[in-house]
Amino acid sequence: MPATSGHAARPEASGPTGEPFLEVDRASVQYGSTKVLSELSLGVMRGEFVALLGSSGCGKTTLLRTIAGFMMPTSGSIRVGGRDVTRQPPDRRGMALVFQSYALWPHMTVARNIGYGLKLRGKPRQEIAARVAEMQALLGLEGLGERKPAELSGGQRQRVALGRALAISPDILLLDEPLSNLDARIRLTVRHEISALQKRLGITAIHVTHDREEAMVMADRIVILNAGRIAQIGTPQEVYNRPSSSFVAAFMGAENVVPLLVEAGGERLRIAAGPVNRAAAIPAEGRRLGGRVVEARFRSEAAELHSATAFPKEKATEDALVLDGVVMQASYPGGVWRHVVKIGEATIVVDSSHAFASGEAVSVKVPAEALFLFDATDCKEGEEELR
Amino acid sequence: MSVLAETAAPARAAAWYWIPRAVLFGLLAFIIFGPLVNLLLWTVTEKWYFPHALPLEYGFSYWGRVFSPRGNAMGSLGTSALVACLTVFLSLLLAIPAGYALARLRLPFRSLILLALLVPNAFPNLPIYVNIARLFYQIGLNGTILGVVLVHTTHGLVYAVWIATAAFGAIEPELEEAARSSGASAFRAFRDVMLPLAAPGLMASAIFVFLESLDEFTGTFFVGAPDVTTLPLLLYTSAAGGNYQIASITALILLVPSIAFMFVVERFLRADVLANIGR
Repeated sequence: MPATSGHAARPEASGPTGEPFLEVDRASVQYGSTKVLSELSLGVMRGEFVALLGSSGCGKTTLLRTIAGFMMPTSGSIRVGGRDVTRQPPDRRGMALVFQSYALWPHMTVARNIGYGLKLRGKPRQEIAARVAEMQALLGLEGLGERKPAELSGGQRQRVALGRALAISPDILLLDEPLSNLDARIRLTVRHEISALQKRLGITAIHVTHDREEAMVMADRIVILNAGRIAQIGTPQEVYNRPSSSFVAAFMGAENVVPLLVEAGGERLRIAAGPVNRAAAIPAEGRRLGGRVVEARFRSEAAELHSATAFPKEKATEDALVLDGVVMQASYPGGVWRHVVKIGEATIVVDSSHAFASGEAVSVKVPAEALFLFDATDCKEGEEELR
Repeated sequence: MSVLAETAAPARAAAWYWIPRAVLFGLLAFIIFGPLVNLLLWTVTEKWYFPHALPLEYGFSYWGRVFSPRGNAMGSLGTSALVACLTVFLSLLLAIPAGYALARLRLPFRSLILLALLVPNAFPNLPIYVNIARLFYQIGLNGTILGVVLVHTTHGLVYAVWIATAAFGAIEPELEEAARSSGASAFRAFRDVMLPLAAPGLMASAIFVFLESLDEFTGTFFVGAPDVTTLPLLLYTSAAGGNYQIASITALILLVPSIAFMFVVERFLRADVLANIGR
C-alpha cells in the first residue's frame, strides 16, 4: 500500500495499521479539460478521522465529492472495505455527506429531515421515531422536531445536518467544511463535539477544511493537498513539526523564508556565513538535502529576538541559526510583541516577549529544531544572491 | 421656525409635482378600466341604442338566457374547462421532465432547445394553424377535443417548459445531492425533494397554460370549429351576430378566472424562480 506509507515519515505513528477501509487508488478527476486531481492515492483506516487540508482550489472538495460518488474519476478507482464502488451511484456507497450549506430540505421538518434516510430504507415508523429522538438527544435538538429548517439558528441547522447523516449509521461520514458557516465561537465548541461524537460512535470520517487549526484539533491524520496532489500525509504532529516540503511548511505557518548555503552533509550540516546569516552548524537529523542552496523556513513564534551585540560575529553558532536584521515595525497582537524585521532585501516576522524599537539592529536566533530546510526550488536565483 | 418654513416649501412643490402624475394615472386608469366598465354595463343592459350615453333599460334577462339549459354558454364553458385542464395535464407531463433536464443535465444546445419552444409563438399564427388544420383533417383530428388540446399545448408549452426549467434551476443542487447521499435513488430524490420544492413554480406554469388555453381563439377556430365550441368561439359568434349582451357576459365569465388566478400566480412565483426564467 504505497498510499498509506509512502509519504508519512513514521508509518507506525500514523494511526491504526492494517488494510485501509477506504482506498482511493490513483484517481484522476477532470472538470472539462482542467485536471483537478491527478493520480491521487489515499488510504483511510476504519474508525479513523482524516482531514483534507488545503487552500481553495486545491481539489479537496473534489476529492470528497469523488469519494461520495458525485463525481466520476476519469481513471483510478475507489474501494470501500475491498469492494470497488467507483461506478456505484452515491446512494449505494454507504456514505453520508454533510454539506457546507447543510442542504436541509426546507419543506420538511427537523424530524423528517433526520428520519428521511431511514424512511428510504423502509424502516417501521416507531423505529424511525425512536432513532430520530435518539439523534435529537445526542445533538441537543430536543423539542425542535416539528420546526422547519428556516426556524433554526445556524448552529442548530448544522447539528440537524449532522444528525441526518448519522441517523443512517453510514460506514463513512464525509464532512465538507461543515463549520465554515458558523460563528467563530460556536465553531470552537462544535469542533470538539464532532470529534468526540466520531470517537464515541467509532465512525470513519473524512473532513474537508481550509482551517489549519481545525484540522490539527480534530483529525487523527491530516492530508495536505496542493494543486490536485497530496503534499503530505501524517499526524498533526508530523505535518506540523516535520513538513516534507516547502509548501507544507508554509501552509503550516512557517512563512519566514531565508535562502542559505549548506557547506557539507553528514552528521552535522554546516551552514556558510551569508549576507544576512552567520555561519552555523546544526544536526542533520535525517534531513535529505540534494543541493547546496537551501530554503530555510521557520515560524515567527519559534525564533528569538536579541539585540545585535548578543552573539559574537566571527564564531559559528551551534544548533541554531543567527540572522542579522533591522526592526521595521513592532505591534502587539496580544501575548507577545510581533516584529517585522528586515533581513537583507526580505522581511520576516518574529515574536518576542518584549518590544524592540523600530530601527534597532537585532539578531534573530532560530533553534535548529524549529528550522525547516528544503532544497531551493529556484536554485539559480538563490545561488546568485548568496555569492 | 426656519425649520417649519423649510419643510412647507418642498411640501408645496411636491403637491404641484403630484398633479400631472394624478392626471396621468387617471388617464391610464380610464384606458384600462373604461372598456371594462362598458363591458359590465352591457352585461346588465336590456335596451341601449344610439345616441343614448347610458342603457335605457337594465335587467338580467340575458344572464338567464346564457345560463339556461338551452343556451350554449354552459356547454362551451364545460368544453373550455375540459380543454384547458387536458392542456395543462399534457403540458406539465412534457414540461416536468423537460424542465428538469434543461435545468440539471448538461445538455448540448440547451439554449437552442429553449428557443425552439418559442417558435410556435414567434411566427404569425394564422398560416401555421391553417396548415395544422389541413394536417389534422387528414388524420381525423379536426373537430376533436384532442386536436384542440394539441394545438393549445404547442402554444402553452413555452410557458410550461420555461417556468419549469426556472423552477428546477432555482433549487440548490446540494438539496438533491443530500437526498442521494441519504440513500435515495435518482427518482426518489426527484420525487421527494425536487418536485415538492418546484411545486410553486410548476403551479404557476400550470395556471399560465390554463389561462392561455382558456383564451385561445385562432387555433381553436381552425381546428375545433364547428364541432368544438369553446367560450372564445361563442363570444365570437355572439359578437359577430350583434348580440353584445351575450358577448359581454361570456367575456366576463372568461375574465373571472384570469383575474382570480393572477392573484394566485403572484403568490406562487417567487423572485428566485422569476429571475431564472429563460436562462
